[in-house]
Amino acid sequence: MATISLKKLTKIYGKAEVIHGIDLDIADGEFVVFVGPSGCGKSTTLRMIAGLEEVSGGEIRIGDRVVNELDPKSRNIAMVFQNYAIYPHMTVRENIAIGLYTQKLDKDEKAKRVENAAQLLGLTDFIDRRPAALSGGQRQRVAMGRAMVREPAAFLFDEPLSNLDAQLRAQMRIEIKALHQRLGSTIAYVTHDQVEAMTMADRIVVMKGGHILQQGRPMDIYSNPVDVFTARFIGTPSMNIIASEYASGAVSGNGGSPILLGVRPQDLHVGTTTDVGAGTGLSLSGPVTAVEPLGPETLVHFRVSGETVIGTAPATEIPPVGTEVTAHADPAQLHRFDAETEKALESL
Amino acid sequence: MTSATETPGLAMPRINPKAIVRWTILFIGGVLMVTPLLYMFSTSLKTPGQIYDLRLIPAEPTIANYLEVLREGDFMRWFINSSIVAVVVTLSNLFFDSLVGYTLAKFQFRGRRFIFIAILSTLMIPTEMLVIPWYLMSAQFGWLDTYWGIMFPGMTTAFGTFLMKQFFETVPDDFLEAARIDGMNEFTIWWKIAMPLVTPALSALAIFTFLGNWTAFFWPLIVTTSKELYTLPIGLTSFAVEQAIRWEMIMTGAALATIPTLVIFLVLQRFIVRGVMLAGLKG
Repeated sequence: MATISLKKLTKIYGKAEVIHGIDLDIADGEFVVFVGPSGCGKSTTLRMIAGLEEVSGGEIRIGDRVVNELDPKSRNIAMVFQNYAIYPHMTVRENIAIGLYTQKLDKDEKAKRVENAAQLLGLTDFIDRRPAALSGGQRQRVAMGRAMVREPAAFLFDEPLSNLDAQLRAQMRIEIKALHQRLGSTIAYVTHDQVEAMTMADRIVVMKGGHILQQGRPMDIYSNPVDVFTARFIGTPSMNIIASEYASGAVSGNGGSPILLGVRPQDLHVGTTTDVGAGTGLSLSGPVTAVEPLGPETLVHFRVSGETVIGTAPATEIPPVGTEVTAHADPAQLHRFDAETEKALESL
Repeated sequence: MTSATETPGLAMPRINPKAIVRWTILFIGGVLMVTPLLYMFSTSLKTPGQIYDLRLIPAEPTIANYLEVLREGDFMRWFINSSIVAVVVTLSNLFFDSLVGYTLAKFQFRGRRFIFIAILSTLMIPTEMLVIPWYLMSAQFGWLDTYWGIMFPGMTTAFGTFLMKQFFETVPDDFLEAARIDGMNEFTIWWKIAMPLVTPALSALAIFTFLGNWTAFFWPLIVTTSKELYTLPIGLTSFAVEQAIRWEMIMTGAALATIPTLVIFLVLQRFIVRGVMLAGLKG
């Protein structure tokens, strides 16, 4: 296993700079997830680490080696692709064994490693099948087996679960995390799904427009987003962002400048007007536009000054669409952002 | 009013006028294609006296023509010559066309588009225009009346390169990048990963090239002078020139020459159809 270090990493396509000198250190054995919307540069960054894209500026180190000029095969990394990239004309066994293509091991050792990887990933029963006879999840496991068998310095995952259905994705999330815990490997993982980022990462790196906006432990980012984009991107449903003038009872103050208030739907409790403790924290009122009963709780969509706000009601209290509701949030759960720069202000 | 639909089980199938026209045209086309083939086999089973008796089934069928053609020493020689030429040229096209097609499809380099257009533009030059330079070149290099002289113009083709390029473009880059990370060199990636993924295209190209060279007439006629180097189509004409048009022998030779192409077509016809369809779609 190894560390990965990016220093002032830049990528330029023609005249367009798409990665703007990012710095990042991934510790040995750490599971780092790059998350951000399409086009934010996360996959480009991963591909530069893999050696599939040339580095326009800056430095990439894997372990103690600068790898900028090295071929992908010389970097001792393994990569799992979004569409698995397992070869349809080879069996599971052959696909996994191809990971050992350049390794000078004797035949028995190679066979043993392939068998071990297949066993670890629950592929033993399918080892002589071709990919066409496998499910999406099994194919993804084959791709992971091919990566694992090489015992690389680091694993790179490029949106590996995007092609799976929701149920399988949830299962594979757990499997990948368990695999990381078992192998203790360094992993750089790219996704646009913040749930994957939250549930799997030791550390999340939020990217936008070729910049790193914020990095930190999942709960740190969830609790203390540095700007409106990160606040809305991490957490589901997205954080409500409200101009302070529409929020009655909220603490304001930014030297007189306008601010934005952020509150997560889970922290915005919807009730009838009578049971809201008015006067403290944030109070919002408006007509209900939609309700989403989730089982343990109900998400209530209501309109405040033309904007849709989402709050949470107890499972048993589902307000009818069109009724007026009031929602309340504790002051401690509020996030303040500068209305102009959209950067977080000090906590309330 | 009575209606067939009122009586379940006696329903008349609905007749679609468009389908009638379509099937009629296809039937006429089929008859036009198959009739000469049937007459070829039929004539090969006739004696010289029955040649102009146009009955499809000969009155007194005989295999004497086949025995005579096979006893004729040169026929097997021509058969072997045609086999050598068709097989070598086919293998060469499979190798070089796919290598060039892969390079044009999967690598970015300056002049790539120009090279592709230049290769494609050679499709517009008729063979008749190329024969004189080919002949002069062959004469100067001493290739006249040699196997290499027959084969060299077809060792790679623009059509094959175009076909393979179109197919390789459908191979996802992830496969190739995964192989790069796994440590394969570019040639191995082409050979072990990309080539197996375009098997339908390779099959189609193999069939087109084999058939084209098996039946080639014009260039082999010009470049060969000795009977030992004749290919089958050239050899068959000698039945006409030297033996005053022995139709039954020409048809027997042609029937024997058709067998390999029929076998190849029957075995690989699904690839031909798929190859033509995909080449059309991607083109």
